[in-house]
Amino acid sequence: METTYRSNIMICAGTGCVSNGSLKISEAFEAELTKHNLQDEIKVVLTGCNGFCAKGPVIVVYPDDIFYQQVKPEDVPNLVEEHFVKGRPVEKFLYKPPMKKDAIPTMSEIPFFKHQVLRVLRNRSRIDPAKIEDYIARDGYAAAAKALTELSPEQIVNEIKRAGLRGRGGAGFSTGLKWEITAQVPGDVKYIICNVKFMDRNIIEADPHSVIEGMLIGAKAINAHYGYVYVRDDYPLAVRRLRLAIDQAKEQGLLGKDILGSGFEFDIEVYQGSGTFVCGEETALMESIEGKRGMPRVKPPFPAVKGLWQKPTVLNNAETFANVPLIIQKGADWYSSLGTEKSKGTKVFSLSGAVNNSGLVEVPMGIPLRTIVYDIGGGVKNNRKLKAVQLGGSAGGCVPASLLDTPVDFESITKTGAVVAAGGIEVIDETSCMPAMAKFFIEFMEDESCGKCIPCRVGSETLRSILTRITNGEGREGDIDLLVKLSEQIKDTSLCGFGQTSVNPVLTSIKYFRDEYEAHIKEHKCPARVCTPLIEFKVNEEKCKKCGLCFKGCPVGAIVWEKGKVAYIDQDKCTKCKSCIKNCRFWAID
Amino acid sequence: MAKLTVSDLKKIKEEYHAEKVLREGGLRVRITVHMGTCGIAAGARGIMSTVMAEIAKAGADDVSVTTSGCAGLCSNEPMATVETPGQPPVKYISLTDDKMKAIFAEHVLKGKPVAEYALVTGHENETT
Repeated sequence: METTYRSNIMICAGTGCVSNGSLKISEAFEAELTKHNLQDEIKVVLTGCNGFCAKGPVIVVYPDDIFYQQVKPEDVPNLVEEHFVKGRPVEKFLYKPPMKKDAIPTMSEIPFFKHQVLRVLRNRSRIDPAKIEDYIARDGYAAAAKALTELSPEQIVNEIKRAGLRGRGGAGFSTGLKWEITAQVPGDVKYIICNVKFMDRNIIEADPHSVIEGMLIGAKAINAHYGYVYVRDDYPLAVRRLRLAIDQAKEQGLLGKDILGSGFEFDIEVYQGSGTFVCGEETALMESIEGKRGMPRVKPPFPAVKGLWQKPTVLNNAETFANVPLIIQKGADWYSSLGTEKSKGTKVFSLSGAVNNSGLVEVPMGIPLRTIVYDIGGGVKNNRKLKAVQLGGSAGGCVPASLLDTPVDFESITKTGAVVAAGGIEVIDETSCMPAMAKFFIEFMEDESCGKCIPCRVGSETLRSILTRITNGEGREGDIDLLVKLSEQIKDTSLCGFGQTSVNPVLTSIKYFRDEYEAHIKEHKCPARVCTPLIEFKVNEEKCKKCGLCFKGCPVGAIVWEKGKVAYIDQDKCTKCKSCIKNCRFWAID
Repeated sequence: MAKLTVSDLKKIKEEYHAEKVLREGGLRVRITVHMGTCGIAAGARGIMSTVMAEIAKAGADDVSVTTSGCAGLCSNEPMATVETPGQPPVKYISLTDDKMKAIFAEHVLKGKPVAEYALVTGHENETT
């Protein structure tokens, strides 16, 4: 029997909060509780990512459900004295919505959390990811027990198919179908692989056993006895928690031989990749595990037939696997009751960019983008205007503000040209320049292209050079059409998904913001005032409100201004650092 | 370590039930020990320890314990309030370990308030 505690302090130890000092806070709590002789009444628990990274380090206190944000180690004595000795939540560290006077003390009432539906992240802030017992206490491994002792492989596959689960890592292929195909390929040796993408790392950090359990169920479905989790080297916390979780599972007999007395054998190995983007592509990832250079293979044969070591292989990402135990435990009908016609369940997103509440969120499929940006995200930072939302990271596309009511599901988002699966939502405000952003993504593609096929290798270089001349003010007539044509060709002829999707940022930004490209080429103007060669650094006399903010912010004294007079920029002194543009609230610098 | 069986999983789940309830709700009774300076000086610390020990002894994992500041009746400390949803809270005064044990056994576990140790039932008037 565990000691009975009257309260649990759940300190977020996700990557974001750890870098904000949450481990020091935990130490401070331990020390302070001991000082007050409360160590046997109140327990400090380190959890995975809570999600509200913008407010980190964050702490949740149970049973009161009090949410504390941005706590520093030196605040801890006061917090312990007030909350845990005297029973008064400390207002200073409670969440206050932007522009509101009153704080919201309880986590469940905070809009950021209120609109989320937690399935994959069901255990976040509720368990210690380093303790397998915490996971088991919340029905962990119950689904695996059912799958191993009561269900046949066909029954598992059917349940997953009926649930409508689609891969959260790429094109949204039916997970059940993928398993079914692989299960039907003859062969004694098969493999199951879990890929860890950017937002997957948070799932692993918060709840590693949910992924292990999902893999175990998948292994039974396709009759695999060995699995790999492919994690980038630069997710050290995820690697550590995963290794620990695997060790615990082995120790308890949840991995290894004769699991739960079922006779089924399965083991998992962690493979640390070096962080190459193209290794997110399934066949490149398999090459990498085989010890070769991470380059995609020609398909077919598909991995279901010839995957890792030429054996039939299933590859899903961590989020997909984390859904599996829920489906087996609660049933396909329960699972598919949430979502849209063709996209079931929830989706985890990493919300970032020009948004007030950045963090990790889980929402039901079909939720409008607007709800994510405004209700959960708390709107655009600094009250700026929303321009677009980049969905799917560098392989995704932008969705303009005018399409913000688009429901987030595979079909609707694909129609806009963006991508759901990768799980990134970056909010873009009016101070971002779309051609410059497209250039940024294409530079990334050029760096990360493995070079195996010409469209991606040479195409990215050519795209980058065209975008560079546009953002330098040297764009030519016809460049926009050239970009579109070249992008379409890269999309059609690249060997793998990486090359095919990497042009999405170019295509979508031209589709929705062609006028910005035209302004760069024809008018030699950057409407967002981002591309320095296209800025004149002249004060627009009509727009200038004579406030002097540009004058005060200029580091080289290049601005002449007197109270009540329009400012003037001395071109000889100006270093084009753009601080005047950042400071001006009225877009008065042309 | 021995390998887990399916029934072991259930056992672990039961063992950790208290913690789960604490984090997820499902608490039936709330005991508030008043721990202002006056309360602490009068021995509220010991009352708290008694409560925690009784909970552990009874395996009562649906009882939540919290602290609060001075209730304004310093001469009657140590004090504790017992709340059950749907019923007015009961404030107990001048507590000793034995009184607290009796209150725990009768009120907290059986739902019968102990009138002789109680000051009053009901909420304080709140003026706004």
